[in-house]
Amino acid sequence: MTSVSPRAATATTGGGDIPFIAAALGIGLLLALFVAARAADPLMSAHAFMFAAAFVGGGFALVHHVSSGAKADPTGYEFGVVKAGVFASVFWGLAGFLVGVVIAAQLAFPNIFYFSDFGWTNFGRLRPLHTSAVIFAFGGNVLIATSFYVVQRTSRAKLWGGLAPWFVFWGYQLFIVIAATGYLMGVTQSREYAEPEWYADLWLTLVWVVYLLVFLGTLLKRKEPHIYVANWFYLAFIVTIAMLHIVNNLAIPVSLTGVKSYSLFAGVQDALTQWWYGHNAVGFFLTAGFLAIMYYFIPKQADRPVYSYRLSIIHFWALIFIYIWAGPHHLHYTALPEWAQTLGMTFSIMLWMPSWGGMINGLMTLSGAWDKLRTDPVLRMMVVSVAFYGMSTFEGPLMSVRAVNSLSHYTDWTIGHVHSGALGWVGYISFGALYCLTPWLWKRKSLYSNALVEWHFWVSTIGILLYITSMWVSGIMQGLMWRAYDAFGFLEYSFVETVEAMHPYYIIRMTGGLLFLVGALIMAYNLWRTAKGDVREKEFAPSPALAPAE
Amino acid sequence: MAEKEIDQPTGVETTGHEWDGIKELNNPLPRWWVIVFYISIIWSVIYWVFMPSWPGINGYLKGVRNHTERANVEASMAELAAARSEQMSRLLAVESLGEIENDPELLQYTLKAGESIFGDNCATCHGAGGQGFTGYPALVDDAWIWGGSLSDIQQTIRYGIRSGHADTRFNMMQAFGRDGLLPADQISDLVEYVTALSGREADEAAVERAAPVFAQQCATCHGAEGRGDPAQGAPNLTDPIWLYGGDKITIQETLYQGRGGVMPAWSDRLSEEQIAALAVYVHSLGGGE
Repeated sequence: MTSVSPRAATATTGGGDIPFIAAALGIGLLLALFVAARAADPLMSAHAFMFAAAFVGGGFALVHHVSSGAKADPTGYEFGVVKAGVFASVFWGLAGFLVGVVIAAQLAFPNIFYFSDFGWTNFGRLRPLHTSAVIFAFGGNVLIATSFYVVQRTSRAKLWGGLAPWFVFWGYQLFIVIAATGYLMGVTQSREYAEPEWYADLWLTLVWVVYLLVFLGTLLKRKEPHIYVANWFYLAFIVTIAMLHIVNNLAIPVSLTGVKSYSLFAGVQDALTQWWYGHNAVGFFLTAGFLAIMYYFIPKQADRPVYSYRLSIIHFWALIFIYIWAGPHHLHYTALPEWAQTLGMTFSIMLWMPSWGGMINGLMTLSGAWDKLRTDPVLRMMVVSVAFYGMSTFEGPLMSVRAVNSLSHYTDWTIGHVHSGALGWVGYISFGALYCLTPWLWKRKSLYSNALVEWHFWVSTIGILLYITSMWVSGIMQGLMWRAYDAFGFLEYSFVETVEAMHPYYIIRMTGGLLFLVGALIMAYNLWRTAKGDVREKEFAPSPALAPAE
Repeated sequence: MAEKEIDQPTGVETTGHEWDGIKELNNPLPRWWVIVFYISIIWSVIYWVFMPSWPGINGYLKGVRNHTERANVEASMAELAAARSEQMSRLLAVESLGEIENDPELLQYTLKAGESIFGDNCATCHGAGGQGFTGYPALVDDAWIWGGSLSDIQQTIRYGIRSGHADTRFNMMQAFGRDGLLPADQISDLVEYVTALSGREADEAAVERAAPVFAQQCATCHGAEGRGDPAQGAPNLTDPIWLYGGDKITIQETLYQGRGGVMPAWSDRLSEEQIAALAVYVHSLGGGE
């Protein structure tokens, strides 16, 4: 690693912005208390008090910050917020995986895991809790933390904006808590992956704009002549998510002191807007953002140059341009006009190679270092992640073909597809980044234990394979059963028979999810011991990442 | 900026950029990648020529195949209706449903139709094989609360039971305990009496005490011997078949709070042909009368 540091910043955390922040917190607190007092429903009242509590907490943090004399990070970088992000990522990851296992159990044994006295444990409430927890709470924190780390290191500049990165971090956690408690209480606008209601959306918009400013500000004061490819992907992710979030959530609240709102769109326009958003949440959150992670952490951990600069440019722009049009493939054989379905499908086909450009660049970066896969389980995890990425970005275009979609749509095949991307690609590249960041940030020579990483890798990989294979079989079987006709033209199977047939696969899926959770628990223990500075006895091999250059 | 250099293991030139120790190789785009990318674009353009694609101000490109999925669906629905129409019209033409059972070809068709309709409408409550659940009668046995003839079954399906439909079948098991119609000790005695009716052991003294109560309160519907009355929808209490359960605690609960399950009326949701097919199918499941 190069040890070039930015000029130790002194003024940026200093006094000028403190009164402004204090005033903003005060206004926020007054507004929250006003809404709490005048709330049109008890749900809004509960959420307004949470906002108020958060602003009070922010006030205490500010007082502590000022009174403790605000020491600048001796590295000259702002890594404290990255450390907090690593902690939050692991915490929300475990929570999200756990809820996933719970709802998988509910699907496998609906009679056992149904508690009529506790409405909030219903599948309908826990399912968005799971999806939002893993995508936005876990994935989002990994993206924010790694982007704050990567943009500083590759720009040789401290994060811009003084306390603004901390506002992004805590503001984002507040959004997560508001969203999650809202789902459990029954607050939802029923838009998939965009369930939080209008006031949570407004808050996230504010947080996200500050995030964009921090990122851009840091890029602007960079001390490198060029912007590194990872930062292009981070920037595409931040800008596009802002656009998607704002357009999809355009809504009119019923009351400014109530939770309910109604979308600005109706009918098929509403559906298309939702899937334009939903598909590009996959494209720009779960693909572009995590490709950014790949572009920094794989070359870094493998200690090899990126395979092809030209490929990174071409596939970046191709991906950005094509992904945004592919959303209509979620609405095949619906009221959506057929021309829109055709465009959605063909753009998905054209998206195949731009997606694979990232896979090629990730895998081929190991040219000349393939032997490290044997010895470095962290690198292996990230490379397997890229393999899962390649598999799911082939499967996606395949499933977007209308003829294939007529079989796969509404079945478990979709769930299997999503999870090969989510557990395999997003999960593993995030775990890889967390395994790298923890020793780097806490300045440890190595992880607590490489053997535990091996355990994590194998337990989780078996879990993922169980998950996706069971969903393939169950999904294709489901699709075939739904379309089976007898000689007289009557449906061969009733719906309940297809549900019954899926039971064994749901048990396998639940087992797979459980293994994935166990793997993540092993990781959490390993990272915690690493941060504490422990090294497991009997393991003396240093982490290859920190071995001297060959 | 770092100088351009040759990367040792691969022999490829770097771009000369470096960020935090990360360099880039100046490899060209993989040829196969470029070719497949072009093919996917060309294929898409060809697809646009044949299928409905780009929108304009007045409509959209229809494509040379003039494909519309709506027309396809309508055509295949019409084809299906035509394939079914002969047997379906025969189903409606029969004077009584019994005729269907004597016509093997029509019966085979009817049972298939009935099975399919049953699976998506009835199986949720009555079970995939009509085996029933607590509170939802089994359709595979010989016990018929409202009668097991073809026309009885047809009527039950059409109008339901306590369904709110104007022609619904209706009765009510009274809440003898909750509504204070009988004191607690008499209810306890009746539990013993009903237990004894189906040939099981019970407290003889209680059975004796309950006999006049049963005759007065229960026999009107369930009959003097407790054999039930399908005309009133009163279950037979002498057999081992129980809708809500035949153990003493459940009988006590039934007597205390009454019963009144609902079967929906299907006449507004299913066609007459479908109801006819369903009646024949349910009749075939077990001991239809």
